Amino acid sequence: MASQPEIDDFSGVETVGHEWDGIKELNNPLPRWWVWVWVASILWAIGYWIAMPAWPLIDGYTKGVLGYSQRATVARQIDEAQGAKSALVAKIHKASLADIRKDPQLLEFALAGGRSAFAVNCSQCHGSGAAGSRGYPNLNDDDWLWGGKIADIFATVRAGIRSGHEDARDSAMPAFLRDEILTKAQIADVADYTLSLSGKSEKAIKKGAAIFAENCAACHRKDGTGNREFGAPNLADGIWLYGSDRASIIDTISNSRRGVMPAWGNRLDDATLKLLAVYVHSLGGGEADR
Amino acid sequence: MSIPWAAAKPTVSRRSLAPDVETVDVQPVNKPDQRALYEKRRKIHPRRVQGTFRRLKWAAMSAMLAIYYLSPWIRWDRGPSAPDQAILVDLGAPRFYFFFIEIWPQEIYYVTGLLIIAALALFLATSLLGRVWCGYACPQTVWTDLFVAVERFIEGDRAARIRLDRAKWSPAKIGKRVLKHTVWLVIGACTGGAWVFYFVDAPTLAAQLVTFEAPMAAYGFIAILTGTTYLLGGLAREQVCTFMCPWPRIQAAMFDEDTLLVGYREYRGEPRGAYRKGESWENRGSCIDCNMCVVVCPMGIDIRDGLQLECISCALCIDACNTVMDRIEQPRGLIGYDTVAGIRRKSEHEPVRRPRIFRARTVIYTALIALVGGIMLTVLLSRSPLGVNILRDRNPLFVKLSDGSIRNGYTVKILNKHHEQRVFDLRLSGLKAATISIIGLADTHLTVGPDRLRSFRVYVKAPRAALTGVSTPIRFDVIDRMDGRMVSHDSTARGPVK
Repeated sequence: MASQPEIDDFSGVETVGHEWDGIKELNNPLPRWWVWVWVASILWAIGYWIAMPAWPLIDGYTKGVLGYSQRATVARQIDEAQGAKSALVAKIHKASLADIRKDPQLLEFALAGGRSAFAVNCSQCHGSGAAGSRGYPNLNDDDWLWGGKIADIFATVRAGIRSGHEDARDSAMPAFLRDEILTKAQIADVADYTLSLSGKSEKAIKKGAAIFAENCAACHRKDGTGNREFGAPNLADGIWLYGSDRASIIDTISNSRRGVMPAWGNRLDDATLKLLAVYVHSLGGGEADR
Repeated sequence: MSIPWAAAKPTVSRRSLAPDVETVDVQPVNKPDQRALYEKRRKIHPRRVQGTFRRLKWAAMSAMLAIYYLSPWIRWDRGPSAPDQAILVDLGAPRFYFFFIEIWPQEIYYVTGLLIIAALALFLATSLLGRVWCGYACPQTVWTDLFVAVERFIEGDRAARIRLDRAKWSPAKIGKRVLKHTVWLVIGACTGGAWVFYFVDAPTLAAQLVTFEAPMAAYGFIAILTGTTYLLGGLAREQVCTFMCPWPRIQAAMFDEDTLLVGYREYRGEPRGAYRKGESWENRGSCIDCNMCVVVCPMGIDIRDGLQLECISCALCIDACNTVMDRIEQPRGLIGYDTVAGIRRKSEHEPVRRPRIFRARTVIYTALIALVGGIMLTVLLSRSPLGVNILRDRNPLFVKLSDGSIRNGYTVKILNKHHEQRVFDLRLSGLKAATISIIGLADTHLTVGPDRLRSFRVYVKAPRAALTGVSTPIRFDVIDRMDGRMVSHDSTARGPVK
């Protein structure tokens, strides 16, 4: 390396002093603005280390003098969001279910809030569109096991079904085969009779009718239209929670079903329960209070 | 690389010559073949000039500034439910109001159409009149002109400004500079202030601004626009046109030999040379090389070098040269508006003819403007004050009810662009024995407030037999009960596989 800076003849610019296969690099200075930006970013970085959380330590990290924390920011934003809707939530707390549905502002809030509460808590079983699936009722339709008035829905959501809650919707259909109440043949006959109630079968009507009257009519009524007192499904309509084929019905009679829903009153506050009730009631199957 | 520039050490010599004609020994700042690419900017000190085009430019500038500053204050009555500002971009609502036109955000294509027309009009004007937009109407030109006028008023004309630039700092110099920059900033603040009035009701905002109750965004935008106006109009000036604006690079594509340009009539001017009173005009041109055209140029060019990218066709050199021509008793128009063809014909002593206005490009631009304008007008006149959108539920696709019938859910959105409440009827066709129910309503009368969009949850229940398959086409009709206007919307009713 030459001690004297070498000047390129053609451009008149100093070279860096290296040579590769006859090619020399010119030592053009960096643009001044670039250097200043570089210096400024170094200064900025130093300032940033002091002001903000930056360096990892063995048992934590440097906190920075500004005290910034993303966790605290999220907590504050959640508080702010809660605060922003606290007035409406307070109104929902006070209002009756009927009042909520009468007040357009509360109704709008309840439908939006109910939708998101439903998505978080209910959609796992009932589906995001509340269409349900085998064993989990479709909440859009007009068939309700425990009642479709808004107060009924609220009560079901709050205390659950066979949940162990003191106000829970509770009933237990016997497992007619397992408990040895009926024989397989009897169950087949009563299944055929059950199918005939909704016009699906014409077999064994006579034989099955007697068994039905004796064993089933107490809860499902004589005509099979069910009883919401006991959550006994309507067997004469087009909606079947556990399937309408003969095998499913035989299975149901043999082993019973006893579906369970948690008591949401144990987990959610009263306002959220109201939002859920209003939302579910609005899905199309809600029944009017009389 | 460096070339000694007369402009860098300007000397006002009076080699003079003809009576009353001052000759300035100066080189244009932006002489194309001498300007180094990586050169520091040399300041241009345009000299004051008087004449027809200067007066025209004052008039154009006043008109442009008046339009900009006063437009937000024009009122336009739209009834109680809409703002009464004639031109308003209401981002909150969001609506765009322009006199009788009211545009909703989904109709932004009107603005696209306007921009297309504006671009085509610029093309047309450029192919006919050259850079008339740059020279007279462009905000950069208008505000720069205003800023230069302020500078001249405070610091004096060209020679005084050059002296002041070179002078050591003194209380007088500091005073003048502070005053100048203050006035520039005030103009900038007014410009930014006027800008925000286009977005909020102007009188309300003006009152809020002076009482410091306006939203932070308003102050922020005023600050930004103050900065840009000051920077672009006061400091950057011709640099914006020469280096930042794409238009000078594109506009040459619209020029042809019949485009009106500011040009130097070389055949008349050359050979140029100093002139003493009483000398003969034989064997020489009319140009006495006084450089007046150079010193008045805000772009720092010499128009005698021919058509240049920097030239914004402001025509101030025409005024300057005409003044000189009057004094040396030569005919005006050594520099003037002319076409390339016109100058060529005159220099070759061919018969002069008027520039052709109807050329392929002007006809095509005009036809395109008419076409786009026609389409926009048609769309605007047939614009429906009633908008209907119907979204079918997708989750669940349909609901089977206990009696075996099938229910489909729809979200019906009705957009009432009237400035009064309207009631609409919802009717369904294409599905036998179907019943409609609307959540929250006892009947099918849908009430929508003035200038509102409202959505309704609609359930359609039909016997399973009425559905012709997985998907049955149906049609909703929304009828305005007041004027009978009907908007139909096709949809489908879904059902189980038969």
